[in-house]
Amino acid sequence: MTDIAVRVENLSKQYRIGGAQARYKTMRETLMDMAAAPARRLRRLGRPAPPEETIWALEDVSFEVEQGEVVGIIGRNGAGKTTLLRILSRITEPTEGYAKIKGRVGSLLEVGTGFHPELTGRENIYLNGAILGMKRAEIERKFDEIVAFSEIEKFLDTPVKRYSSGMYVRLAFSVAAHLEPEILLVDEVLAVGDAAFQKKCLGKMGDVASEGRTVLFVSHNMAAISALCPRSVLLEEGQLACYDDTQEALEKYLNLGAVLQRIPLIERKDRRGSGRITLMDVSFTDPQGTPTPTIRSGQDTRACISYVCKDGVPLRNVVVSIAFDDYLGRHLFSCPSRISGEPFDEVPPSGRMICAIPRLPLPPGTYTFHLFCGVNNETGDWIRHAGQVSVAEGDFFGTGRLPEASRRGLLVPHHWDVE
Amino acid sequence: MNTTVDDQQTGTVIPPVHEAPTILIRPSRGWVALNLRDLWNYRELLYFLTWRDIKVRYKQTVLGAAWAVLQPFFTMVVFSVFFGQLAKVPSDGIPYPIFSYCALLPWSYFAGALDRASNSLVGSSHLITKVYFPRLAIPISAVMAGLVDFGIAFVVLLGMMIYYGFTPTTAALTLPLFLSLAVATALAVGLWLSALNVQYRDVRYTIPFLTQFWLFATPVAYSSSLVPERWRAWYGLNPMAGVVEGFRWALLGKEPPASLLAVSTVVVVLLLIGGLYYFRRMEKTFADLI
Repeated sequence: MTDIAVRVENLSKQYRIGGAQARYKTMRETLMDMAAAPARRLRRLGRPAPPEETIWALEDVSFEVEQGEVVGIIGRNGAGKTTLLRILSRITEPTEGYAKIKGRVGSLLEVGTGFHPELTGRENIYLNGAILGMKRAEIERKFDEIVAFSEIEKFLDTPVKRYSSGMYVRLAFSVAAHLEPEILLVDEVLAVGDAAFQKKCLGKMGDVASEGRTVLFVSHNMAAISALCPRSVLLEEGQLACYDDTQEALEKYLNLGAVLQRIPLIERKDRRGSGRITLMDVSFTDPQGTPTPTIRSGQDTRACISYVCKDGVPLRNVVVSIAFDDYLGRHLFSCPSRISGEPFDEVPPSGRMICAIPRLPLPPGTYTFHLFCGVNNETGDWIRHAGQVSVAEGDFFGTGRLPEASRRGLLVPHHWDVE
Repeated sequence: MNTTVDDQQTGTVIPPVHEAPTILIRPSRGWVALNLRDLWNYRELLYFLTWRDIKVRYKQTVLGAAWAVLQPFFTMVVFSVFFGQLAKVPSDGIPYPIFSYCALLPWSYFAGALDRASNSLVGSSHLITKVYFPRLAIPISAVMAGLVDFGIAFVVLLGMMIYYGFTPTTAALTLPLFLSLAVATALAVGLWLSALNVQYRDVRYTIPFLTQFWLFATPVAYSSSLVPERWRAWYGLNPMAGVVEGFRWALLGKEPPASLLAVSTVVVVLLLIGGLYYFRRMEKTFADLI
């Protein structure tokens, strides 16, 4: 019998939700609460506790990963992928259930954790290595390798605050890539750096996988998941939707996308901007405005973005943009209303902004999109990685044919002549 | 024969040599074990965090390590002028400047360490939410980092001892004990405050008050001999009183503050154990609350 490296049993995690005020209670409130608690408890005696505002970020998830297996974890934003990884990394405790892990665990929830801008590259390699759980002797042994991989030899004694973001990420990933735990938990760290470096990182991940280590890999990068992971866990709203061959799981995942036509953005905390306008959700529809289960290459497509203005007042001078990235995070194209010459002089307090894209130039695949909305030359709301959209095969050229997968970038309408 | 039982037993009792440790992750309830062994396994991280704090402190400062000396030194000057010269606070026959500097030395270490330790967890939120390690390493490293400043400021004290003609006796050998007591006090209080600070951000604002009141409650500018004899042991309830008088005894040859020290030590040990358990109890909520 093969060894089970990770065993997850009925794992659940509950979070209390509420505004920022509810999170940081002040001491006075707590003291008042404590004083009032006995009376409240007395009154409540024998009755069930009132429902609190809580959500289950993870609910009753069970699965097993054998030693040496590489398992992908997929699901949309907020499905519980990161929560699962955080529990397995022992950053946060589960509310119910348990997980058993056999072996030394290394977790990469982010690259460059603990990097200090004032310290030099050399110093940060040691610091970051130690934070990731490497022994000093181990870091010393791998030091040259790390530096060579990161390609920053020349800047080793420069404080990292003077690094370009590319250099910073390369150094950070190099340290992380040389971590040698028996079980590796990875969260979306490949969504960084330029394309060439990403390729290198994917290669390194492949090496790790082939060395017989157990890997749990969270990613939105479907190509990477299907290349690296034979099996995948699909999470949907905190529950295990399936644990199967990656192809099966991916198919299920893409179908889930079809069912959920409207991509909600309200819960998103990672937005930037003044907040004068809030983007609420996005849906992709056909030209008539009917939500379509799938969008297809070459189809006339509309992206409808619902929004609400702060304080319910109409806003003037509004620009909006949607941008698409491919699975490697490479920018493909964007549709900025400012450039196309259609800024809105005034928008109603709430409504939908609609971007019509005739003959969608995207070949089949999964794409990430970003949303931006500016008010009066200021960022009103900006959500990077707002969501994902999968594009199905469609007849872009009217010939029933599409370029083969390796030759796809963007589809451009064209015409050939000979004279 | 009960071979199955045997098999099971050998299977669980004697793991193969290469067998890796098994980690069980499950919800903990109530008070939990201190698990200091885990902290010991992460001692290198403790070292690196301390080293980082020290390094970063002096990067991009013009005066660098001089800051470690300037603060206690100028406080000493101010104290000497106002309390020593003008108010004529009795200093048990010891020249007032060295009398106060000898106390300011452990005091500034303590005040600095307490402040850093209390804010350490909140300041390390990016680590706490992204990677696992025993969280105790954070306040401990914050407390340890201050020792370098202490060492630098101590050199000035040695200079003053030569100037005022104090020859160290064998009592000076006990100095590490009093320094440990100061470290333990800073850590004990720091553990409580840092864990509280995660949940209640009010704590951050109370620390300046706390250190200010505490300074006046500690015989830094005056001598504990101002306190009536029969109350003096109770004065040890403030552990910094024990530390300060201990320093004066070890270096300047005041009479030994035995009863005071005994009380201080007991208080610190209790505070520290309580702090450790409280910290461990709250630890599981840090990543969710911070």
